[in-house]
Amino acid sequence: MSLLKDLGEAVTSGSVKIVDLSHTLDPDFPVLVLPPEFGQCQPFRIEEVSRYDERGPAWYWRNFSCNEHTGTHFDAPVHWVTGKDLPNSSVDTIDPSGFVRSACVMDFSKEAAGDADFVLTAEHIKSWETQHGEIAAGSWALFRTDWSKRTHAEYLNLKEDGAHSPGPDAGAIRYLIETRNVVGFGVETIGTDAGQGGHFDPPYPAHTLLHGAGRYGLQCLRNLDQLPPVGAVVIATPLKIKAGSGSPLRVVAMVEE
Amino acid sequence: MVDALRPPPKKHPTRRSPVATPPPAPRSRTGIFFTAYAARGEFRLQKCEACGAVAYPPRDICAKCWSSDLVWTPIAPEGALVAETMLHTSTTPYFRDRLPWRIGAIKLAGDGPVVVAHVHADASDGGDVRVFARTDKSGQGVLYALPEKDTENMADDHALREITCDPKHRRILVTDARTPLGAAMAKAALEAGAAKVFLGVAQKWKPFDGQEALLSLPNTEIAPLDMADADSVTELAASIGSKVDILINTAQFVRPGSAMNRRDLVTARDEMEVNYFGPLRLLQALGPIMRARGADGANSAAAWVNCLSVFALSNRPAFGLTSASQAAALSLSQSARAEFAGSGVKVVNAFHGPLDDEWAQPLPPPKVAPEKLASDVVGALRKGLEDVCSGDIAKDIYERWRENPAVLERELALTNLAD
Repeated sequence: MSLLKDLGEAVTSGSVKIVDLSHTLDPDFPVLVLPPEFGQCQPFRIEEVSRYDERGPAWYWRNFSCNEHTGTHFDAPVHWVTGKDLPNSSVDTIDPSGFVRSACVMDFSKEAAGDADFVLTAEHIKSWETQHGEIAAGSWALFRTDWSKRTHAEYLNLKEDGAHSPGPDAGAIRYLIETRNVVGFGVETIGTDAGQGGHFDPPYPAHTLLHGAGRYGLQCLRNLDQLPPVGAVVIATPLKIKAGSGSPLRVVAMVEE
Repeated sequence: MVDALRPPPKKHPTRRSPVATPPPAPRSRTGIFFTAYAARGEFRLQKCEACGAVAYPPRDICAKCWSSDLVWTPIAPEGALVAETMLHTSTTPYFRDRLPWRIGAIKLAGDGPVVVAHVHADASDGGDVRVFARTDKSGQGVLYALPEKDTENMADDHALREITCDPKHRRILVTDARTPLGAAMAKAALEAGAAKVFLGVAQKWKPFDGQEALLSLPNTEIAPLDMADADSVTELAASIGSKVDILINTAQFVRPGSAMNRRDLVTARDEMEVNYFGPLRLLQALGPIMRARGADGANSAAAWVNCLSVFALSNRPAFGLTSASQAAALSLSQSARAEFAGSGVKVVNAFHGPLDDEWAQPLPPPKVAPEKLASDVVGALRKGLEDVCSGDIAKDIYERWRENPAVLERELALTNLAD
């Protein structure tokens, strides 16, 4: 196994760089907003248990609570109704080999900068492939929009008629699943679907189709601009939550210098 | 004539801030009845059922006929100032710090007794006065005599401001300004002469209705405050804690539903998070700072206001779990009141019925307009009340609760059957 030995040395020496693709779990980081009569996604919350004080003289620790879809997070197939009957579809049962995969990064940041409602289509993906080659089977398709550089209200971009953020249409997702057989689809926005994705056909095509086909989602990623179009390896290991629909997680990528 | 109160000067750089020296507090157990009525603005004395004499001060038996059948009875507030004096010296630290201080003897109208009261500077010796009962800085019931008719700057009398929590020249924190209630509260406080209103806004990344209009109000400042986030509350206390003279908690989480028609605890946790844990975090972070500033000049810390559903007193089954969280909030306010005792900071509970907002859509009128609750809260602060009811439903439920809590519980259970 000289491969892993070489990799270990490359990471240690810095010739393989580790890029952090996660946001800090911060109580003030936006979460998905639904009409208030629905159950809501809980933001990250922290309660201090002790901090070198009378509650615990030599130690500092805290309780935290959040939704399975708070912050940078992983969506398991069981998250969506279309994936509810698939075998091994929750974070504790899915095949861990999916947690470490190569990734292609499709840069549509210019398009998203000009149009908050930019819709990624199969044509866009095919044109990206003419430059960078076919998306490898079993890899992550990451959709770079530079949306992670937005903060606060601009990140969710909520208007009277809902959120406005880029996302894929059904054709793009079908192409990624059926033609390219990706392991999942990752985005910088709050959801794998566009802000207006509820009005697409089918509604929320990324959630509906990806999870129905047993694929995964990665959301609220950042630093995608530090990854090459192809060649990075993403490590995304969700917490092993019993029957979990997803999980906040630390996502990192290995990039060859 | 009382001079108009001027905006207080900025703090002196080297002088120690005044500390609270509460006025004499001990009262008999019977005397506490007087205080409890006074806290909600009622002037009651004991009337002897046997001979009709009015007992003053509170007694265990009638001084005239020795009957123990004394009933707390509302007393007409009119009277005449028959004797008055100006204290120029006192052995009590509270009065020493505030001399000169005017007190007087008032002969109450009809067969009322002569009572001792704090007297407003504009009340004329021998003239008619209006007497009211209120709690003082030690939280005990006292009597105060106002001039017969309102005078200019009447509310600015220094002794009167000791028993009121007048927003004039004070700085107000509205904990949740995102809602119509929060906006109404901010406006009402500014209209009452507040020097500044801090607008607590959680989750700034989520826009809210009326945002533009709210932010354009003069003398306001956004105070990022997520009461569900301990760090956010701590940061708020660190940045503006020593400038909050009156805190008005407008945050509320109201949802229909009771235990058996909900499937989980998610909503119940949100109810507790907003209605109970939020104020608790605020109390832990801001309470000690306000408690230390209860005598800090004309803009001393003065009041901690909770807007509470009147169904905190007795559960309304259709909103059974929101009611439960409100009951927790009420219990917390009692705990807070005990902790603030003697500090000069009053804990004010503003009980209200269903607000006329999105969560009361299916409910029939009467509903309380946010502006009405805001004006009642500001009114309570100006009057120095500790308990106030806003709207007909709150008044009705509060009275029925005072009359017989067990009956009210069963009546409210029947409304559930009717629903």
